[in-house]
Amino acid sequence: MSSPGPALARGDTTPAERGPEAVRVTLSVNGTEHEIHIEPRVSLLDALRERLDLTGAKKGCDQGTCGACTVWVDGRRALACLTLAVTCEGHEITTVEGLSADAEPHPLQRAFMEQDAFQCGYCTPGQIMSAAALLDEGHARDDAEIKEWMSGNICRCAAYPNIRAAIRAVRDQT
Amino acid sequence: MTATIPSATGLPLDRVDGHAKVSGRARYSTEIPIPDTAYAYVVGSRIAAGRVVAIDASAARAEEGVLAVITHETLPRIAEQPPLVPSLGGTAAPGQTFFPMQDDTVHYAGQQVALVVADTYEQAQHAAHLVRVTYEERPPVTTLDQGRDLAYEPERIFGGWIPGRTERGDAAAGLREADVTVDGTYTYAANNHNPLEASCTTAVWDGDDLLLYDATQGVNATRMTVARLLGLPMSRIRVVSHYVGGSFGSKAMIHAHPTLAAMAARAVGRPVKLFLTREQMFTSVGHREEQEQQLTLGATREGRLTAVRHLKLSPTSHFDDWAEPSIGTSSQIYACPNYEGAYRLFRANTMTPTFMRAPGEAGGMHALECSMDELAHELGLDPIELRLRNHTEVDAMTGHPWSSSGLRECYARGADRFGWAGRDARPGTRREGDWLIGTGMATAAYPVAPLANPQRARARLYADGTAVVQAATPEFGTGVATVMAQVAADGLGIGVDRCRFENGDTDLPTIAAAVGSAGAGMISAAVHSAATALRRQLVDSAVRDPGSPLHGADPVRVSVRDGVMTADDASESYADLLRRTMRPDAEAVGQWNPPPHDTPYGMMTFGAQFAEVAVDADLGVVRVRRMTGAFAPGRVLNAKTARSQLMGGMLWGLGQALLEANHMHPETGRWANAGLGEYLVPVNADAPDVDIELIEVEDDVVNPLGVKGVGEIGQVGVSAAIANAVHHATGRRIRTLPITIEDLL
Repeated sequence: MSSPGPALARGDTTPAERGPEAVRVTLSVNGTEHEIHIEPRVSLLDALRERLDLTGAKKGCDQGTCGACTVWVDGRRALACLTLAVTCEGHEITTVEGLSADAEPHPLQRAFMEQDAFQCGYCTPGQIMSAAALLDEGHARDDAEIKEWMSGNICRCAAYPNIRAAIRAVRDQT
Repeated sequence: MTATIPSATGLPLDRVDGHAKVSGRARYSTEIPIPDTAYAYVVGSRIAAGRVVAIDASAARAEEGVLAVITHETLPRIAEQPPLVPSLGGTAAPGQTFFPMQDDTVHYAGQQVALVVADTYEQAQHAAHLVRVTYEERPPVTTLDQGRDLAYEPERIFGGWIPGRTERGDAAAGLREADVTVDGTYTYAANNHNPLEASCTTAVWDGDDLLLYDATQGVNATRMTVARLLGLPMSRIRVVSHYVGGSFGSKAMIHAHPTLAAMAARAVGRPVKLFLTREQMFTSVGHREEQEQQLTLGATREGRLTAVRHLKLSPTSHFDDWAEPSIGTSSQIYACPNYEGAYRLFRANTMTPTFMRAPGEAGGMHALECSMDELAHELGLDPIELRLRNHTEVDAMTGHPWSSSGLRECYARGADRFGWAGRDARPGTRREGDWLIGTGMATAAYPVAPLANPQRARARLYADGTAVVQAATPEFGTGVATVMAQVAADGLGIGVDRCRFENGDTDLPTIAAAVGSAGAGMISAAVHSAATALRRQLVDSAVRDPGSPLHGADPVRVSVRDGVMTADDASESYADLLRRTMRPDAEAVGQWNPPPHDTPYGMMTFGAQFAEVAVDADLGVVRVRRMTGAFAPGRVLNAKTARSQLMGGMLWGLGQALLEANHMHPETGRWANAGLGEYLVPVNADAPDVDIELIEVEDDVVNPLGVKGVGEIGQVGVSAAIANAVHHATGRRIRTLPITIEDLL
């Protein structure tokens, strides 16, 4: 059901082979460049959480099944646990910590609080990153569409009706 | 008692930790930045029964960054194995009385057989896969079909808390005298909690002092369990758990990993992070056991029960007699002279099963409430009417009156909201296109958990009029920090915005593990006690102080609101009192002693569940279209967070009814679907909007504020309401959970 987005790897050059030993990788996260020394097998999720101390993206399954690690790569949703950090060089990564440019919460963050769209909060950053993207994509026209497009993000506390309410609230803001 | 006017308790306030959670700032137990942390990765047994013959770790040890490979040959022996006691008891609470890697025996698949510690997570994970373990394998016993003939009736289950057999009257005679009997055997797939955050611990030694950041439902339970296992003084262990990414019982007992993390950290001389994988969550923290329940009802033509018989068969581990207590509520909630309930267990190659949301009642009430629906159908009675004819105002097992009930109101208001009246009871009569439509209902009941130990909190008011209230309990999604600020604000007589709750640390006053829906009741009791003690202290201080406008006033006539003490036309604020008397703050500790176990009341939370399903007539697909739940959980501390928890419970019931199943591969004794792609939990598209009615009932027996809790009751009865609705839609009684397409084709 997902629509095609820009390809992650650039097609015009063949990347040089690197690894298996640790290599220098430059990641641009939330508008800031970070140089880290990692093995090519390091996932984007572990690079963010264990090397850059950006722990907003969560590790729920490490298998691409729960959505808790959802971040944006060049504005498109990506599962950080299934993305190698080394492939993100030259791409802009956005995590929940960078969702709101200033100190003010993003409208979805505010709506999640008002609608009580979480309990333990562990899936919440991923829910919000998915929700913000589907609103931008126009995939929140009705509840059936929200349900379908948000079903890649598991909330084990089952706040789903409230998550839909939060998305509706932001969608309907004029 | 001085009077205050409750103004914050019950209000649907937003969560105080909401911003931390939506912004990614909330730090969970592996997210605390600690320099020089190493990573531990567990190697689980490939076989389910037998022994480890040899472990070749040479390839793993040769990997760059690997600091240690620990096996049963090198792991230190535990100091002592504490007994299995539910963590609510407030003592050490190991999840089972077996600690891994103490010898070469393998009792179950996934049992820890080695631990790899390395500089990075990737190195540890990779090296773990290079550890070569040779086994001597025996055929495992894991399933009901394999174990049925090995069953025995245990004397007691559940850490010794619950008898294996419960009887009153003569159930056989009651069944013989019945005009109508209904008999059904219900089978239940094993279920796994699967909180989104897997269990994890970060262990940090400083000399002989151990600091654990642990994902747990009780920091004191972690501390006591690790202390006993490692032989450490309690005073040298601190456990911190500020945010926990869900638990649902998986973090209610203290399984092996916090202790293993501490052992690994000691072995490598560095802090160690141990984060279970999703797959390991199926074999490391317990689960709801696969089970079979036989439920038999006898009744008169008028629908009065003459007998209830409830038998359960389930696998347990080789070391503990554990079954979730499915047979309690069926003996208590309907008037009936004759009852027989009994557990049968068999030893299997499994870890000891454990609590999982609505432990016991989720399955036991399913059997009872499906049977009641069947009986109503046999008798031609409305399902609610049948339940009302057997309604009891006393606990049918003990004869003690309920401390509070509200069940009749739950039926009435739930039915009203759902639109139950006028339902055509004939199955298979409503059709919309391809879909057969049905409705069903069930009673919900969940006991108020018995507590053993005093619960404590501390309240401190600063001279600027703000307050901090503290208790050790972690936050795992219940909203405890929010509701306890509300409770404390009212106890002190200050605005809730002036009051902050600090929690999640063994340095704070002792609270038992928040399990069994007991958290809100016991913590609010301790917090209320501390806050009102501090208020009394401050009021007494003012009326005794010649410098106070309140000097000489009768303390009983002093009311406090917004931090201002008032008696008749005299008043002084807390802040003025403290500043005037040159005190930076004032502090009080509160303690609540739970009611004794022989309290002559039945203590139960009640509710009524309603569901409408659509079943595709050709494809067997079941969709739950809407759900209504009416609940009477005593006092509600925050209507918003309480509704959310009840809603979550109801959707858990939907998962239990239609989705959730651990599938055992009988030949290997391994779970076949240990992942969130294969173990199905409800996703957004599965979840209908949920309608919830809160019925507040006063209860002055359970605890000071009359709080009975909302963590479990939301789930109880949902699966029965859905199964009954499936019967109403299709005419078919499906007695297996989950109900799948295959069952309906």
